[in-house]
Amino acid sequence: MSLIAQDAPGKTILLMGNEAIARGALEAGVKVCAAYPGNPSSEIIGSLSSAAEAMDLHVEWSVNEKVAMEVVAAASFAGLRSLCSMKQNGINVAADFLLNLNLTGTQGGLVFVVADDPGGISSTNEEDSRIFAKIGNLPLLEPATFQEAKDMTLWAFSLSEDLGLPVMIRSVTRVSHARGNVRLGALPRPITKARFDINRPRLAFPPFPNHKALLQKMDRAKALFEGSPYNLYRGAEKPELLVITGGSGWMYSLEAVMNLGVQDRVGLLKLGTTWPLPETLVLKHLKQAETVLFIEEVDPFLENNVKEFFAQHCMNLGLKRFYGKASGTVPSAGEISPEIVCSALQSLLRVAYKPRPEDYATRAREAAAELVPARALGFCAGCPHRATYWAVKKALALDGRQGFVLGDIGCYGLGMGPSGFFQMKTIHAMGSGAGLAAGFGQLGRFGLTQPVLAVCGDSTFYHAAMPALVNARYNSANFILLLLDNSATAMTGFQPHPGTGRTATGKEAPVLDLKGICESLGAKVEVTDPFDQRATTEAMLKFLQDEEGVKVLILKRECALVRSRKQKKLYHVEVDPERCLGEACGCNRLCTRVFKCPGLYWDRATGKSRIDEAICTGCGVCAEICPASAIRKEVA
Amino acid sequence: MALAKDPFNVIIGGVGGQGNVLASQILGQMLVSGGYVITIGETYGASQRGGAVMSHLRLSEKDQFSPLIPEGRCDLLVSLEPVEALRILEPYGHPGVMTLVNTRPIFPMDVISGNATYPEISKVVAAIQSLSRKTWSINATEIALEMGDPIFSNMAMLGALTATNTLPINRQGFEETIKALLPSHRLSDNLRAFDEGSNAVQEL
Repeated sequence: MSLIAQDAPGKTILLMGNEAIARGALEAGVKVCAAYPGNPSSEIIGSLSSAAEAMDLHVEWSVNEKVAMEVVAAASFAGLRSLCSMKQNGINVAADFLLNLNLTGTQGGLVFVVADDPGGISSTNEEDSRIFAKIGNLPLLEPATFQEAKDMTLWAFSLSEDLGLPVMIRSVTRVSHARGNVRLGALPRPITKARFDINRPRLAFPPFPNHKALLQKMDRAKALFEGSPYNLYRGAEKPELLVITGGSGWMYSLEAVMNLGVQDRVGLLKLGTTWPLPETLVLKHLKQAETVLFIEEVDPFLENNVKEFFAQHCMNLGLKRFYGKASGTVPSAGEISPEIVCSALQSLLRVAYKPRPEDYATRAREAAAELVPARALGFCAGCPHRATYWAVKKALALDGRQGFVLGDIGCYGLGMGPSGFFQMKTIHAMGSGAGLAAGFGQLGRFGLTQPVLAVCGDSTFYHAAMPALVNARYNSANFILLLLDNSATAMTGFQPHPGTGRTATGKEAPVLDLKGICESLGAKVEVTDPFDQRATTEAMLKFLQDEEGVKVLILKRECALVRSRKQKKLYHVEVDPERCLGEACGCNRLCTRVFKCPGLYWDRATGKSRIDEAICTGCGVCAEICPASAIRKEVA
Repeated sequence: MALAKDPFNVIIGGVGGQGNVLASQILGQMLVSGGYVITIGETYGASQRGGAVMSHLRLSEKDQFSPLIPEGRCDLLVSLEPVEALRILEPYGHPGVMTLVNTRPIFPMDVISGNATYPEISKVVAAIQSLSRKTWSINATEIALEMGDPIFSNMAMLGALTATNTLPINRQGFEETIKALLPSHRLSDNLRAFDEGSNAVQEL
């Protein structure tokens, strides 16, 4: 049963922010939904796919964010309501289309959600996507609660139709990946017929008149936003300090004011419609306070835009003191937190705050310092990527020319750390390893003698690495692409992709042939199982000796977490205490010190290696590594 | 059951892969069904891969609170792993905090490799006790392993948590919630883990 498709108006249930957004779309009668997975946005399409059958929707995982936005724009042009979602990096991919779509406008309500990741908890950057609403002249909404996430999404569709523009919703991790009570509304089942009006072509060209029309639409948006219930004010009419906030900053601010007991001194202006800003409303509150503090995630977006209003209207507003990111009162990098908001208020209002006695804090710190070891991120037990990087490490050491691996973002990005033996030397955008390799692969004529390897996952291959491979072949670059085919978009929650034979809604789909695609692009292709260490290392060494053109080694082995859901362990693995010689072996604890699978640990008490049966998934790779053959695997 | 404090702040902590997010979702839904206002903040993503993970749960009779608990304000800690309890108490504990801890360790990478040592469990538990007003312990992983799959540890922990009587939850609410949220073929195993957890928990 789909959690978000319950036909129970008035019922209150616990929903994740992303599920609340999806529910809002269902309540708006959405018909077409598309996205490429990326945290913290993935559960929007994930939950809509579970509702697809019951609600008669088309839901798809698209190969990348630009295509996803094009797919939903088509639905809009044909009069249907549609939604696409992405993480903050995704809007960079979609932006090329988006900054034309704003000019042609839309028909059926089109809502796109960008879930930002302040602090980069699951990202390579902490980009603030809101700037795209400003560049593209598009209406922007920022929900602060789970109920708002649902209600604002529902409203965004009619707003989009009202203005004839795509509407952007900016969420953040603490809204998208958090849960709270949501009161459900009615679930309509609109009867819609798709039709593209050929008398109304959608042509971005010529841009000038379209740009003018777009600006007029935004003037209307501004007027609509002045009265929006999602902008609200709490506090005295003339507060000592005005806090302007939105998104996750709203609840941090509310609680900080309560914990500090400064309700009488602070006014909180919470903005939910953040581009275009409701100018009259902002000016009204700005006039009442001399000191203003901005609380928002990542960039000083509200801060700078409100200051622009102030510059325009300063003759009527009087002198102000502005505090926020520019003043250093709030850090300019990293995620904001209840502590950051509390200490900003404390310093401006000069109030003391002690949540707990100092001696307790000291004891807690001392206990943690003495007893708590660090916990580094690493590949799961039985992860095929660990086996792949082990083979890379061996092959590059045998080759001896200081070869290196260029990477990108995905689980295999952990190849930059101890779990991947520090083999990965670059990490940027989706598919950038292959693109950089296409560049490094040209540098032999300038004296580069090091072998060049790139790594990318199967889902990433379709998203962004294919053009790099075409480029490399056309321009005769020399490198090896390690294509890690684990049959899932693993990092974001095992979503299917064109190589898996399943669609977002679980239907059968044609399986694209990775090997055939690479061969048709003119690459030399080999396929190995990374659990077969000998064959994999040999294939790498063979390619390392071949200095002509593009080589692709497909490392095929299903993600350990996907496998563990379907089947039991491959092997029962044990360390034979008689054969494990421990420190006396001369291997220098190769299996635990270097290989570092969480399922195998160094037991100090016995001075030998041991399997942790709660963790081991039975892949059997460690049995191939032990020089004393002390690790035994038996088919389970 | 009236709340001892409003909001009453609960942290469920552990290591990526222990089922921390699911446990907090089930607990949250049990409380929402009981008429409470809940907010849960979760840390995952990259942290899913062997890192320390936490879910913050705010329980209130009337208001929604932010998904992050301010430091020094955790009232109840449920730790799926022993040293993770101390890692969380360091910023979030206060003299009134109550702690339920699973005593089965998951070794960090540096311990696996022999470069760091994992402290003796008795020392860890003693430190937790000295920082908590009340402490309960259970070996939930052992219960789950005896059932054939470590995946059941989080359900055993929810059983143990219910038995501590620190939250307005009961077995019936658990059963209704997992019937709605989880695949039905796991129902009897999940209930068994819950029951064994509630029987095995010990106040220290």
